[in-house]
Amino acid sequence: MLAQLALPIAQGGGPVIPTFNRGSDCVRENRQFCWDWFSSHWSSTFQPRLIEHIELTAIAVGIGFVIAFVAALAAYRWDWAVNPATAVFALLYTIPSLAFFQLMVPFTGLTRLSAEIALVSYTLLILFRNMLTGLREVPPDALEAAQAMGLTRRQTLWRVELPLALPAIMAGIRIATVTTISLATVAAFIGVGGLGEPIFNAIQDGFKTQFIAAGVLAVLLALVTDALLVVLQRVLSPWARTRAA
Amino acid sequence: MGAYEGGLSMHSIIDAFQFIGDNLHFMLTKTLEHLALSGAAIAVALVIAIPLGVTLGHLHKGSFLAINASNIGRALPSLAIISIGIGILGIGFINVMVAMVVLAVPPMLTNAYVAVDGVDPDAVEAARAVGMSPGQVLWTVEIPLAVPLMFAGIRTGAVYVVATATLAAIAGGGGLGDVIVNQASYGTAGVIAGALMVTALAFLVEGLFAVIQRLLTPRALRHEEGPAELLAPVVEAT
Amino acid sequence: MQGVPDPGSAAAAIEFRAATKRYPGREAPAVRELSLSVPAGEICVLIGPSGSGKTTAMKMVNRLIDITEGDITVGGQSVRSLDLTELRRGIGYVFQQIGLFPHMSVEDNIGTVPRLLGWPKQRIRDRVGELLELVGLEQSDAKRYPGQFSGGQRQRIGVARAMAADQPIMLMDEPFGAVDPIARDRLQNDFLRLHAEVRKTVIFVTHDIDEAIKMGHRMAILRDGELVQYGTPDEILATPANDFIADFVGADRGLKRLLLRKLAEIELSPAANGERDDLPTIEEDTCLRDALSMMVTQRVSALTVLGTGGERRGTVSMESLAHFADLDRADTEVEA
Repeated sequence: MLAQLALPIAQGGGPVIPTFNRGSDCVRENRQFCWDWFSSHWSSTFQPRLIEHIELTAIAVGIGFVIAFVAALAAYRWDWAVNPATAVFALLYTIPSLAFFQLMVPFTGLTRLSAEIALVSYTLLILFRNMLTGLREVPPDALEAAQAMGLTRRQTLWRVELPLALPAIMAGIRIATVTTISLATVAAFIGVGGLGEPIFNAIQDGFKTQFIAAGVLAVLLALVTDALLVVLQRVLSPWARTRAA
Repeated sequence: MGAYEGGLSMHSIIDAFQFIGDNLHFMLTKTLEHLALSGAAIAVALVIAIPLGVTLGHLHKGSFLAINASNIGRALPSLAIISIGIGILGIGFINVMVAMVVLAVPPMLTNAYVAVDGVDPDAVEAARAVGMSPGQVLWTVEIPLAVPLMFAGIRTGAVYVVATATLAAIAGGGGLGDVIVNQASYGTAGVIAGALMVTALAFLVEGLFAVIQRLLTPRALRHEEGPAELLAPVVEAT
Repeated sequence: MQGVPDPGSAAAAIEFRAATKRYPGREAPAVRELSLSVPAGEICVLIGPSGSGKTTAMKMVNRLIDITEGDITVGGQSVRSLDLTELRRGIGYVFQQIGLFPHMSVEDNIGTVPRLLGWPKQRIRDRVGELLELVGLEQSDAKRYPGQFSGGQRQRIGVARAMAADQPIMLMDEPFGAVDPIARDRLQNDFLRLHAEVRKTVIFVTHDIDEAIKMGHRMAILRDGELVQYGTPDEILATPANDFIADFVGADRGLKRLLLRKLAEIELSPAANGERDDLPTIEEDTCLRDALSMMVTQRVSALTVLGTGGERRGTVSMESLAHFADLDRADTEVEA
């Protein structure tokens, strides 16, 4: 089974194949987790992959946000746009990730572009949905007051509607970011790096530490990012924490 | 870039269909493997998540666990979980199953909890007032009213499992993932074919559960949803 | 309320000129040829049963609802000719749901229009401080968020916000309807006190006849989109134009008239020292109805009226009170 797997290997960093006849006891016996091996390979292998992973995620969420934002504003303004947009984004979301990456390859090659197209696509549904819901749930009396006070449409949008939709938007960004981190691990399959690469490489030699190290790093990245974004969300919407007297 | 060249786009797709036609039995076998693996994981996840979620919701206890389970579960990169699983349990069917169950349980658990916990308290009170035992209240009032939201969680988990099963290939799980990762044996056409089929499968499962969800929702609770809503998986915005 | 106050420097008169609002597909107009004049600095109450068009009429002033026919002028200028945004920035708007911006502090809420108008920051801050005091809130409330206040307090913030840019007129749509009666009473009193200082022209919509009598210098009673009677509360109570009005204001309209005056405002019988020493006393700052109430419960037909220092100012008899409750006669003259 394993012998049949022939994965495209990324350049830079290279595959990590520990030589079992050298190294510590832990490595030779392929125990669960060899800290010494991990720390010696941190800056050559794991750190660059981690940074690549963060880059992949940041770009995808950034671009996805812009697209979803425009779509959400349009759908907020023009009701008929909601269903088509939702349908398209939902369609993209349902495609299994590995399949999506593979399907991109004939068109855009084994490049970051392929990976980013897929990753961006996955962010769209949740970002769009949350933004739209956030905008629609702005209290109508605040809108009535804004209109009566003489705010223009644009001023109402930027000073009242978007700030009040911010919690929902941030929640969407949080979910989208964490989902992208998860999907970006699979992107390594088409050779764009990221924390998935050590995982795929590890399959060739079954080195346990590599599996666990890469896996745990990805999980930690996701959880830490999630926590940070929760904090950011609270910071950006101080009023949401106050309760009525 | 090897065998992949930009100019092959449409040709590759046609080749892929050709591949499916030529290897129909094989592809169907792989699809069934995929479904079997997914089905097993979904079944195990259901057995764990639903009774637990329903019980906690009925008792209105454990909300922190139930709600945060979903938040954390959603954050877990699926491939990473599989990877850790390989590190601990080695390559094989069990490991993949465990990883997929770990990923499927959170949305099912959270939704089951929130659904039962959030049933209209007035309805529950009325049921108790007419003398129903707690068990009867649960089965005749709480669960029927909780079905829509609960089922939305099952649907999310199920689709997630089908998608993750694709990754199972690298851990020895079989299924359509085997084809997708194996360009050497099956060529570009095969890989594309596998990708297309697993996508179609995901849509089918998604659509199937959406229809079941619609059917199971008591008529009075059904909102008028357009086709876009039916298609889109339910994602919470906490 | 009696008496017309001097208009403040920043008040403008409002005039409805056969203003009409028709909705497509409906035969009867929501507001039919409404014509009335609100002098600068007065509070004009629009009142009527549901569907009378009172809110529609008010919303036509700031064009939240467009005028189909006729016109409305503010300070002599037609609202139809003014730029919409400018028009609205010159009109304070207070309504039942209040509509404070939950994401902004009280200070930022109140300062919304001044900020739009480009006022310097310090001026806005000073103005907010001034307004908080005017509406009866603490200076420390400026930095807090709307969610932290009670309904009554939030409406005070709403009123402050509507006055922040010293807008010449104010529109108020059942502003105190969402609070409990005690809070409502306080809000009404505080608003009247505030209005005595700032003297803006106010159009106040309500469905509560007691509130209308209390708050308005003038009342306009509408039914089915038409103006039925327009006058001071005393005029309407004393001389209702038809049975509908008489029913609407209530069978106790005579007694209601007694709410409109205080003992301090009427002429009293001279206090004769020695005589009538045993009469119960009452302060001159009490309204006539409460005086009558005391007479009834204490089974007397006269009371001794005391001034603010406790000195005797005179006596008042049930006979003279009854005079003010007279139906079919509105007058401002006093006969003891």
